[in-house]
Amino acid sequence: MTHAIEATTPLATRRSASGVPTGRLAVWWLLASEIVIFGGLLASYLMHRLHHPHWADEAGHTNAIAGAFNTFVLLTSSLFAVLGHQAAERGDGRGAARYLVFTIGGGLVFLAVKAWEWTGEIRHGFTIFRDVFWAYYYTTTGLHGLHVVVGLVAMAFVATEARRGRNLHRVELVGIYWHFVDAVWIFLFPLFYIAR
Amino acid sequence: MAQTVVAAHPQTFWQRYVFSTDHKVIGLQYLFTGMAMAVVGAFLSYVFRMQLAFPGSAVPLYGVVTPGAYNALVTNHGTIMIFWVAMPILIAGFGNFLIPLMIGCDDMVFPRLNRLSYQVFFLSTVLILVSLVVPGGGFGGAWTAYPPLSASSQYNHTPWGAPLWLVAVALEFVAFLMGGINFVTTVMNARAPGMTPFRVPIVVWMIVIATVVFMASVGPLVAGAVMLLFDQVLGTHFYDPAAGGDPLLWQHLFWFFGHPEVYVVLLPALGVVAEVITTFARKKLFAYKTILYTAIATGIISFFVWAHHQFVAGIDPRMAHLFTITTLIISIPIAEMTFAFIATLYGGSIALTTPMLWALAFIAEFLLGGVTGIFLGANATDIFLHDTYFVVAHFHYTFFPIAIIGGFAGITYWFPKMFGRLMDDRLGKLHFWITILAFNAIFLPLFVLGAAGEHRRIWSYAGFAQLATPEFQTLRVVATVALIVMLIGQVVFVFNFVRSLVRGEPAGTNPWRANTLEWAAPSPPPHGNFAEPPTVYRGPYEYSVPGRELDYWPQHVPG
Amino acid sequence: MTAETGVGHGHVDYLKVYLALLVLLGVSLAGPLVGLWWLTLVTAFGVAVVKALMVAAYFMHLNIERRWVWYLLLLMLGFMIVLFAGVAPDVLQGEGQHWVKSSGAVPGH
Repeated sequence: MTHAIEATTPLATRRSASGVPTGRLAVWWLLASEIVIFGGLLASYLMHRLHHPHWADEAGHTNAIAGAFNTFVLLTSSLFAVLGHQAAERGDGRGAARYLVFTIGGGLVFLAVKAWEWTGEIRHGFTIFRDVFWAYYYTTTGLHGLHVVVGLVAMAFVATEARRGRNLHRVELVGIYWHFVDAVWIFLFPLFYIAR
Repeated sequence: MAQTVVAAHPQTFWQRYVFSTDHKVIGLQYLFTGMAMAVVGAFLSYVFRMQLAFPGSAVPLYGVVTPGAYNALVTNHGTIMIFWVAMPILIAGFGNFLIPLMIGCDDMVFPRLNRLSYQVFFLSTVLILVSLVVPGGGFGGAWTAYPPLSASSQYNHTPWGAPLWLVAVALEFVAFLMGGINFVTTVMNARAPGMTPFRVPIVVWMIVIATVVFMASVGPLVAGAVMLLFDQVLGTHFYDPAAGGDPLLWQHLFWFFGHPEVYVVLLPALGVVAEVITTFARKKLFAYKTILYTAIATGIISFFVWAHHQFVAGIDPRMAHLFTITTLIISIPIAEMTFAFIATLYGGSIALTTPMLWALAFIAEFLLGGVTGIFLGANATDIFLHDTYFVVAHFHYTFFPIAIIGGFAGITYWFPKMFGRLMDDRLGKLHFWITILAFNAIFLPLFVLGAAGEHRRIWSYAGFAQLATPEFQTLRVVATVALIVMLIGQVVFVFNFVRSLVRGEPAGTNPWRANTLEWAAPSPPPHGNFAEPPTVYRGPYEYSVPGRELDYWPQHVPG
Repeated sequence: MTAETGVGHGHVDYLKVYLALLVLLGVSLAGPLVGLWWLTLVTAFGVAVVKALMVAAYFMHLNIERRWVWYLLLLMLGFMIVLFAGVAPDVLQGEGQHWVKSSGAVPGH
């Protein structure tokens, strides 16, 4: 398995005293910091949700079918991401790139459904101002959506390079990030869509 | 590895000094930005202390201070000193410059991410400065920014200042998160052969632990800041109780970060002090492993004490009891580290150079700050002392040693490595004494005033009969005059710094005869740091080893 | 870089994991239909936890990663539990001796 890191990177980047390759180590630290960002937001939401019984009624107005479909979409895109990783492991850059494109496709479908949801909700008067529940709903799913967008851009870069057989190790890294985005959604879904 | 392969050598002025990816350049960019912002923060304190000493009078170089302006001055003084002085100097400045050198590699593992982090930080600096001069003036809701004051421009009267302040702080967080990932990954992975974890200089560990504590604690506040920003500019009601929000939530999110944050800045300062005292006592660091584990324990405990800032905010009193216990507990590991430092000095061959004076002063002054924290950490006594100048004096007796004394210790110690020249030691000592004596003259009176009940964040005490006595006013004037003396005394430092840069005696590679790897590189180190990547053979504090001729034994020297 | 992510860890059949995740998704959707509030909780959040752990272990390969990475991530989660434990009593309490928290009704714009 070759890691084609250019020789212009510092010696520092090519060492690995901890045993975990540097790029992957950095992604773990990134995820650690993201856990506390989303964790803080979700903990705050959860407290308020428990304190305000009427939020369960508000949550009833989110579209559980769209949410469930999106959960399915993200899970599927995660599958493609890990299959892309498997391809990269074998040195199959073109295969990895293809899987990443499918993953990106999944992400785009997710965003499209989200946009459709939000439009519908806003049209029906469930704006961010209607209740603090909706403020949390839009902020949290919006922050998540932002992470989806960033992930799509990153995957596009990695896929472009992978198709040319370069920096294949990054397929795994961007995949780990994408799985995290998926995992956050796995929690968002019951928190915002499944009314008690 | 036979050859150190480096990026293409930068050529133009812009490539070398502005858009460099070299950790040393980036470190100095942070250092100089931090030092410049210290001037801004100091000016703000000068203005509001003049108002306190001579209420209503026009302050030279500023004018008359209105109540609204007073609030903006104290708010931004605190905000700037913590986020734009302490953190950039101690963590980003020293960390960036020293870490790759001290662990024996040629740069950080992600040099371009490093450059990006400074650029984001620079943007945040511009924004906070701009926030001071926009219509309505700078944000005046205290560095703690509690809603509803901070959330509604109807209350805070700073419709531009408040969101700009918030965005500036948020961007600073992002910059340090990026830098943090770089630091931790570099120290974990890029160490020189032979540099096992327990051979890493303690200052590097301290910066890493601080970084992890920062990363773990700032997340909820980032979330909270997004919510506050939406309240400010969109009109949401996250913190509006009348609409289902909760202002107390912000307090908790803020202090969940705010308390670990003080250890985020304390640990690197302790690290700097450790490096300085070992070098100038020619002695091994006492109980390295204990100090390391204690620092980690402190970092973890720091997550369990935050509500001691909220004892009188209306939290559940039973929670207050809990937080009192944890707060008093956390003083133990810090005291232990202080004892370890004293044990390091004991029996050493002490050289009272300028950096050593700063390091010793740190221990003495921080001790005073720490013990006064006991009164504040106990919920019963805090009921009286909360929001008085006793708190202000306490946190200046901790923050000033951390940011200013620790900063000067590090700058005077590593100046020769950074710039290849020596600073003048006599001027250094003069600057030291003026600063330390003046510092105590500023803040000791504030303990007295605070215990007498003087509230914080009050523009004028004219309306408080018991506080407007001539005796108390004299104390206020003393503190203010001492501040002016201290600020004038900084001219000595600036003069020394600039003159040494230009005409200082050449430093050579290792003027202090120290052991750690940065002293094996040229002064200043070239791009790539080491001609040959060093290998490490021993720990960093092998000073005065019995049976050896030299009283130091650098880490990279074989045998 | 070494054989850390080396060949031969396609032991896990990703497709099987994926199908298991879909089944779990189905369970979490069916739960609320039964109508028992505690069952809804279990299926909604219990399933979420299991799914997240499976994604973490098998897709992110945390099961073959260095142990301390798990510990680091769990530590971060732990801090969030500390946050919740420390703050929830204040947010959740609506009244006490001599005071009532005004948390108004839906404003309805």
